[in-house]
Amino acid sequence: MSDEPLVRVRGLEKHYPITEGVLRREVGRVRAVDGISFDLRRGETLGIVGESGCGKSTAATTLLRLEEPTGGSVLFDGEEVTAFDDGELTRFRRRAQLVFQDPASSFDPRMTVGESVGEPLVVHGMRDRDRRRAIVEDLVERVGLSAADCDRYPHEFSGGQKQRLGIARALVVNPDLIVADEPTSALDVSVQAEILRLIERVQDEFGVAIVFISHDMGVVREVCDRVAVMYLGEFVETAPTEDLFESPQHPYTRALLSSIPEPDPRRRGGGVELRGDVPSPSAPPSGCRFHTRCPDVIQPSGLDLPQPAWRAVVSFRHRLATRGLDLAAAREFAAAERGVDPGAVDDDAVAAAVRDEFGIPPTLPDPGAESTLAAALEAVLDGDRPAALDRLSGTFETVCREVEPGTHPTGTGHEAACHLHDPTVDAEPPWRDGEPVDREPESAVDG
Amino acid sequence: MSRTDPLLRVTDLHTRFRTDEGVVRAVDGVSFTVRAGETVCLVGESGSGKTVASESITRLISTPPGEIEADSIYFKGRDLATLPTSQLRGVRGGEIAHVFQNPQGSLNPVYSVGWQLVEAIQLHSDASRSAARERAIELLDRVGIPEATARFDDYPHEFSGGMKQRVVIAMALAGEPDLLIADEPTTALDVTIQAQILRLLGDLQAEFGMAVLLITHDLGVVAQVADRVVVLYAGKVMERGSVYDVFEAPAHPYTRALLNCLPGRGKRSQPIGGSLPDPIEPPPGCRFAPRCPYAVDACRAGDQPAEYDVPADPGDADGEGGADHDRGGGSVDAGQSGNGSAGAGRSLPGDEVDHVASCVHYGPGGDPSVVVDGGRAREESDGPTGDGPGGAAGGGSGKPTDGGSGGPAGDGRADR
Repeated sequence: MSDEPLVRVRGLEKHYPITEGVLRREVGRVRAVDGISFDLRRGETLGIVGESGCGKSTAATTLLRLEEPTGGSVLFDGEEVTAFDDGELTRFRRRAQLVFQDPASSFDPRMTVGESVGEPLVVHGMRDRDRRRAIVEDLVERVGLSAADCDRYPHEFSGGQKQRLGIARALVVNPDLIVADEPTSALDVSVQAEILRLIERVQDEFGVAIVFISHDMGVVREVCDRVAVMYLGEFVETAPTEDLFESPQHPYTRALLSSIPEPDPRRRGGGVELRGDVPSPSAPPSGCRFHTRCPDVIQPSGLDLPQPAWRAVVSFRHRLATRGLDLAAAREFAAAERGVDPGAVDDDAVAAAVRDEFGIPPTLPDPGAESTLAAALEAVLDGDRPAALDRLSGTFETVCREVEPGTHPTGTGHEAACHLHDPTVDAEPPWRDGEPVDREPESAVDG
Repeated sequence: MSRTDPLLRVTDLHTRFRTDEGVVRAVDGVSFTVRAGETVCLVGESGSGKTVASESITRLISTPPGEIEADSIYFKGRDLATLPTSQLRGVRGGEIAHVFQNPQGSLNPVYSVGWQLVEAIQLHSDASRSAARERAIELLDRVGIPEATARFDDYPHEFSGGMKQRVVIAMALAGEPDLLIADEPTTALDVTIQAQILRLLGDLQAEFGMAVLLITHDLGVVAQVADRVVVLYAGKVMERGSVYDVFEAPAHPYTRALLNCLPGRGKRSQPIGGSLPDPIEPPPGCRFAPRCPYAVDACRAGDQPAEYDVPADPGDADGEGGADHDRGGGSVDAGQSGNGSAGAGRSLPGDEVDHVASCVHYGPGGDPSVVVDGGRAREESDGPTGDGPGGAAGGGSGKPTDGGSGGPAGDGRADR
């Protein structure tokens, strides 16, 4: 065993083209995985967490070259996976295996589970039936079932048992790397605990490295050595598991952690609430991709608004710059609220309705900011969107929107891709280092 | 309806399904109450009967193959169990609204959400088309759909999962229900979106004064929103009590085991081992006995144990146990209350003022410390890692007799 990591991923990308017309002209790209980098040592478990649609599963399939990456490099044991020819790829796949989320659909219902578990051996050229059988029986017993189960069919097993078999199938070729894509998400909590124990044991016995993909932070905390938090195709923070949970350094990680419902009725509510959904990866926001939802988005120097009001203004500006506002709808809403005809609503009322929609206070405490915002709103109501954006861009510029953040060291040793940790940016994280997130004072966030 | 009456009182509900293999007893004698304005959580793993129990209230279960039998299902003074279907239809979606797990399946893909919402509103009131539209926009705005007016004519596929669930909640609110039955409303959603939806439900509940019956498998969600908790396992109630009782002093071995499986709480999660009993021919005695580390002979005979009061501070239970060490069938029979000296007799079905557990160790002659201290000892030694419940069962089985013979007669629990 050397110090060289088993897997070294640098700038891995998977973009799906969006095409149009018979000529399949490319009109855009879905940036499912957009430049992720990490190292994985032998016997280590790396967790990848994030919301659905953030690119976790694509990262897994691209890593194993089940889908061709569109950029970046994957070094496996010093060899470039992206340059493998077919023969090399087959050999690579013997050493890297995948465990799927849904154990029910990952077994052929017409094959006995013994045949299914032994199939990778056939694929990799083991012709000796008796030897295959011996290996399969041994493994099936090691994952907690009995050798006699090999002759039964998948429908005779419960979900947890099928997942045990799925793990046995991954282990049958004695791999160095297993990528487990949400292996416990389809299981009940009591069964989930069994599978987690099994994965731990397997790792001790076989010394295999695992990439563990999950949306469940609790599960990740239990099995992983290190965790990477993924948002819109990028890693925003990578840290040893306990560091990440004890002192998360990226606002997204903090929001994710505080969203986990805690099984303690005396610690309710509070926490950071993220409004809105993950933006589409086909048009990721500029600058920091999280700035459209980030509760801690940075204010320009010279401006000192209450953070919720500032957040609301940034959301308003983002909407105006992307989809634009539906003024007729705002007018109708204002009319319904006042109980009058839409024609009879004056511009002030519509402006108030727009402010209300985004959670912007009726007047901003900073007079300069307020006059800019009021002027911009007026321009919007006149139908002059470019002028409104122009007005906003001067006063309400944020580094989070302008500049893509690099990874910066944080106070706790690990790195995070956030401007709050950038020494050249005049802003400090609003939280103290080492302070766990679980229940901070409530902050209103709009998005 | 008097002020003290609960909004909903389900008594001895049985729901069975006739299948080719036999009769599946999905819900087998479940009782619970929901008071006006409170949140009650039915919690259990898949196969525990929580969804079937909730859908039996308004008879959403198709019969046949289902069969719903109950002593009574009192809702606002009427018995839904005997209410004719024509009247029940007014209750469904009106006074009792449902929100289901999969919002995609609750919305019709060929109509705009606004149209569907207007339909729901007009179904339960005489509102004109324009009044219904106004109310629909109000509801969409209230459940947090941005630019409600603009989204009114959008179709379900144009909304994200979380937004769809908000639309479904808006539809549920259309009838101004007294009781909202939410069946795993956040299970299909991301954790950040789940937090939004739970917060929304809490706000709406306060605003509209609805009661919420929340069905979930997620103990984290339960702890965040519940006032009271009913723990179900294999169609039976294992434990019920206030959310603080159940989380801080879990009494039933199943509840304790379920809490121990939660990952990421610092301690290593411990699997329960074994699997759910056969729903067609469940084992005699307590349904959880085959997987229970504290099971004694009495647990494996007769019926599911009655619901016994749980002593307020389980720590005080040390050394008690009463004179009655006859742990035969008598104390296990669900139909019989305990003898007078023990004082911890069966509580009324569905009466949920107290913290009760359906476990012989809390019954007359039982010794709760078997479960409470045994659990503590197991946790300290980091528990058995083996999968089989059989090995652990030996530790608990000797103890009740010891406690019973050593303790002074008639004290302890009798004081309660």
